[in-house]
Amino acid sequence: MTIDYTQFPDARGHFGPYGGIFAPETLMAALAALQAQYATLKQDAAFWAALAADLRDYVGRPTPLYFAERLTAAYGGAKIYLKREDLNHTGAHKVNNTIGQALLAQRLGKTRIIAETGAGQHGVATATVAARLGLECVVYMGADDVARQAPNVARMKMLGAEVVPVTSGTRTLKDALNEAMRDWVTHVDDTFYIIGTVAGPHPYPEMVRDFQAVIGREAKEQVMQKEGRLPDALVACVGGGSNAIGLFYEFLPHEEVAIYGVEAAGLGLESGQHAAPLCAGRPGVLHGNRTYLMQDDNGQIMGTHSISAGLDYPGVGPEHAWLKDIGRANYVAVTDEEALAACRDLTRLEGILPALESSHALAYAKKLAPELGPDKIMIVNLSGRGDKDMKTLAAVEGFEY
Amino acid sequence: MSRIAQTFDRLRRQGRTALIPYITAGDPHPDCTVAAMHALVAAGADLIELGVPFSDPMADGPVIQKATERALAHGTSLAQVLGMVAAFRRQDPHTPVVLMGYANPIEAMGYVPFALQARAAGVDGVLTVDLPPEEALDGYLEALKTEGLDRIFLVAPTTPVSRLQAVADQGAGFVYYVSLKGVTGADALDVADVAEHVAALKQHINRPIGIGFGIRDGERAYEMAKLADAVIVGSALVKEMEGLQGAPCQQVVERVATALAPFRAGVDRADEEVKG
Ligand SMILES: Cc1ncc(COP(=O)(O)O)c(C=O)c1O
Repeated sequence: MTIDYTQFPDARGHFGPYGGIFAPETLMAALAALQAQYATLKQDAAFWAALAADLRDYVGRPTPLYFAERLTAAYGGAKIYLKREDLNHTGAHKVNNTIGQALLAQRLGKTRIIAETGAGQHGVATATVAARLGLECVVYMGADDVARQAPNVARMKMLGAEVVPVTSGTRTLKDALNEAMRDWVTHVDDTFYIIGTVAGPHPYPEMVRDFQAVIGREAKEQVMQKEGRLPDALVACVGGGSNAIGLFYEFLPHEEVAIYGVEAAGLGLESGQHAAPLCAGRPGVLHGNRTYLMQDDNGQIMGTHSISAGLDYPGVGPEHAWLKDIGRANYVAVTDEEALAACRDLTRLEGILPALESSHALAYAKKLAPELGPDKIMIVNLSGRGDKDMKTLAAVEGFEY
Repeated sequence: MSRIAQTFDRLRRQGRTALIPYITAGDPHPDCTVAAMHALVAAGADLIELGVPFSDPMADGPVIQKATERALAHGTSLAQVLGMVAAFRRQDPHTPVVLMGYANPIEAMGYVPFALQARAAGVDGVLTVDLPPEEALDGYLEALKTEGLDRIFLVAPTTPVSRLQAVADQGAGFVYYVSLKGVTGADALDVADVAEHVAALKQHINRPIGIGFGIRDGERAYEMAKLADAVIVGSALVKEMEGLQGAPCQQVVERVATALAPFRAGVDRADEEVKG
């Protein structure tokens, strides 16, 4: 049976058993207003034209699809193409989404923007669009992430955003999300919450997916131009899952294209020190939706570990949970070590310094390339650039930074 | 009739407003929770709201967040909270107990097993902050109904009239009116605003109304008691638990009872003026 993927989520925001609106009552009206506004805009050609113009002139799209020849040779198998989301303005795919949501915020007459951020890329992308539209901006960031992603904290401040370190819970992305939700409940009248990934209550997973889907649309056109055929495999890292669904969505109906989402295995899945809910978690409810979560037997959310702040999250977007269950996508995990090795490979072989998040996708490509063999083609989503990770990388490589 | 309905019925006949204290189960120590519940009843609680600790309390302010962290540090689980209710119930067959918490611990246990065990323990109602009526339709409502547990839903200042029907249809026991836009313990109570909303709410839902969030002192309890059938006090009590980690239960019990007294007095004063 072929599935019409455009019919998901359903009217209540469900992807099969996943997704939904598990939100505090105070937010239900705001979410309904957002849903209604987005449903109208989704059909509004002028909105998408305005968005497309911004993506072209401000973000710098389309991003290239680059054939990584030396990496391909080194990995010894399938041809590796990189979708260069690192070349977007602000250095990652995150801006595709913030541009879209900021336009929505404007249409809803909101004057204040809030966001959560892990690696700081979403925070920077949000602070950027807020500056451009003259909106007040507050970014919540786990206190541990503030320390390990210092360059992005500085960028946000430079852009005029207030960065609030979150010291509750595990001091990482999930706690930043809790704090942003608390802010939203308190300032719901004038505030728009720009969620940075395909999670949260409906309509966020749908909306963020639609804004990120430009990645896959471009990639399909580009690979058709360069190779005259569809790729055999897609590979993307999965934190909340926005860059991954962005690449995958256009290809979902093409069953012959194999899809791989790569989670953070941290110190190894067996160590328990990881951030791989799809590989090692169970379904539950967190942050507004039902999805796979890292949780203990009592339903408490567990602390996560990943060397990459952007993947250090115990949940995942509900559409990925559903794609896993129906078998359309495969979810795998690579360790901190493997990601670091792949980061080094790409930097030395291609002169491209990838984000540690994106390095997880590259690390899986290294395993997949020889399995597929040389007559196959794969596209790896290079979701962001690695400048923000220099402190972590310098410590690993053993030089001063 | 449920124990909650009976309680509100009796209080109405007596011209009294219910006082509902909230404490987080397992804070400051799991061994003290049952004693604290009894002490609250002795200090004038008509119902008890028992918080089920969850790792990600996104609707709670700093006071209850910290209480949650203290409770979780002792490993307080939903199963243990049910055990506390059962222990409380053995000595107090009358005072209704409402569990307040988040969806995931209940999801992890499973709706049906949870409802069965909650009923067996003597729980009367369940309020799940992040499970609105829309999401209750996939088994939650059914499981609770089957076991005769009241589903308490929240109504907020932002709740449009169009959503009240679902709250009326699916809920039972009482309606919990969130007095402000914010998290628990916020300092933003606007009496006139609450009065207006609660009056409107009464037009649509024929069920006792409790007001909670932001009731920080006896004076505010007095103001709220004039408007509603129940006053819910949480953060102001939970704050008293700070620093009592490792303290003997006797001290916890005294502290919580003392803390409740001004709220009881405020509510009683309102009852005397308005209803007495
Ligand atoms: C470069 C980069 N890639 C990936 C991610 C993970 O997010 P998502 O899974 O939503 O793409 C982040 C998040 O911060 C990021 O900065």
